[in-house]
Amino acid sequence: MGYDLSMRLWRGDRSGGELADYVVAVEEGEVVLDAIHRVQATQAGDLAVRWNCKAGKCGSCSAEINGRPRLLCMTRLSDFEPEETITVTPMRTFPVIRDLVTDVSYNYEKAKEVPAFAPTPPDKDGNRRMMQADVERGQEFRKCIECFLCQDTCHVIRDHDDNKSSFAGPRFFLRYAELDMHPLDTNDRRKLAQGAAGLGMCNITKCCTEVCPEHIKITDNAIIPMKERVVDRRYDPVVWLGSKILRREQRNET
Amino acid sequence: MTAGLLGAGRARIPQKTLRKDRWWLAPAATFVVFAAFVVYATWRAFTGELYYAKPYLSPFYSPCLTTECLEGSSDFGSPITWWALSPALIILVFPLGFRMTCYYYRKAYYRAFWLSPPACAVAEPHGKYSGETRFPLILQNLHRWFWYAAVAVGAVLTFDAVLAFRNEDGEWGHMGLGTLIFVVNVVLIWLYTLGCHSCRHIVGGRLRHFSKHPVRYRLWGLVSKLNEKHARYAWLSLFSVAIADLYVYLLARGTIEDLRFF
Ligand code: SF4
Ligand code: SF4
Ligand code: FES
Ligand code: FES
Repeated sequence: MGYDLSMRLWRGDRSGGELADYVVAVEEGEVVLDAIHRVQATQAGDLAVRWNCKAGKCGSCSAEINGRPRLLCMTRLSDFEPEETITVTPMRTFPVIRDLVTDVSYNYEKAKEVPAFAPTPPDKDGNRRMMQADVERGQEFRKCIECFLCQDTCHVIRDHDDNKSSFAGPRFFLRYAELDMHPLDTNDRRKLAQGAAGLGMCNITKCCTEVCPEHIKITDNAIIPMKERVVDRRYDPVVWLGSKILRREQRNET
Repeated sequence: MTAGLLGAGRARIPQKTLRKDRWWLAPAATFVVFAAFVVYATWRAFTGELYYAKPYLSPFYSPCLTTECLEGSSDFGSPITWWALSPALIILVFPLGFRMTCYYYRKAYYRAFWLSPPACAVAEPHGKYSGETRFPLILQNLHRWFWYAAVAVGAVLTFDAVLAFRNEDGEWGHMGLGTLIFVVNVVLIWLYTLGCHSCRHIVGGRLRHFSKHPVRYRLWGLVSKLNEKHARYAWLSLFSVAIADLYVYLLARGTIEDLRFF
């Protein structure tokens, strides 16, 4: 049961571009990336689109579909009415290279600023041990496929280019949270909090969580807990008093 | 004006959003309901009357601590003698501060009132943005202080709900529709208060080794469950507290009679 789908795809590069109209034959059960591939095969051989796995696991095919940041390969055509026009643009927070492909190197720069995992020395037998409860905690964060849709949708940088220099973004707040919660990590807690200082820019409006294709609760489980950890160090009278009396300044132990 | 969607190198797309769904519905609804609550609560807090109808004390006025309080409404005495305005204003600072700094409410009003952003991938209308890094929004970090206060407020409202099991003559073992409303309200308030992100952090979130603190780990798990529904309880408890107050108001005014069960 195929039908003809109307699409508007953004064509262009840094010097400019526009939404171009296409009508393409599609089949039931296909995804937006299939339709784009068919446009590429039949009508626009030079259309640039980035993809790899077509299984929602490589994080390459991020774009905006009808204005919403999504993976092209995981967005089913059946989510739309057959007569509806589907508009696809590149991610609008990053510089465009050509057509639907953007330059996401901002994210790689931010990744470099996150300290590496620095584990404690191994036990006598050469192994490192963690209890299951502690392992499970960080598991959610490791589901990240680095599609950068959360970074794309975050208004802190999407609407304010000049914040990019000081803001790591939700994907990297996950990394800071993971390190800060890791029982075997020895990075200096205070430095971690400072590194994630862009955290104060986040106003917890949860768009990153809304778009994450891995359904990671970025705001609830990483950003807010990190904000609370900052509060511990700077704004909580009880914790401050406790640290003075109990000399637990280095709460690395707990 | 800082460059946003038309920042360096980005695809030149003039529209502020290409979303076609009704993204404005949620912020618009939030705006209307919050604004209605604020108007209602302001009016009720400033009137300073019709907040006590034996045995019910409106949650807006509890605990009633000033010498202005209506007879019989001061269950904790009236230590405050110098306050001439409505006694609600002293107490409401705490729940108000608690909800204003609540992570969920922040999300809701940043979106609905400040349009920052109005919805995901819809451009915000502001030229500059510094998030919660500067005064006054840096004060949001005081949420935990308000949480400590909210626990005390919750305890007082629980006490009020217990007192509501009396009849008009102060005899125990009675119940009316008002009692039911009070009990439901205080349950919702606790579900909201205990699902707070700060609470979640305090009971266990701040630990690095869950495995070394099994009891706190379990508590953290319980709070996390409530926390997932935090937005829902934020709304429900907002409604229930307004309904409890309205019920007392209507009783005190004589508009309705309390439906006594036994
Ligand atoms: S919750 Fe914070 S990090 Fe996530 S999109 Fe919103 S502002 Fe950005
Ligand atoms: S956190 Fe989610 S949205 Fe962000 S990069 Fe990872 S998978 Fe993508
Ligand atoms: S192509 Fe790999 S996530 Fe879409
Ligand atoms: S009450 Fe909502 S997060 Fe604390």
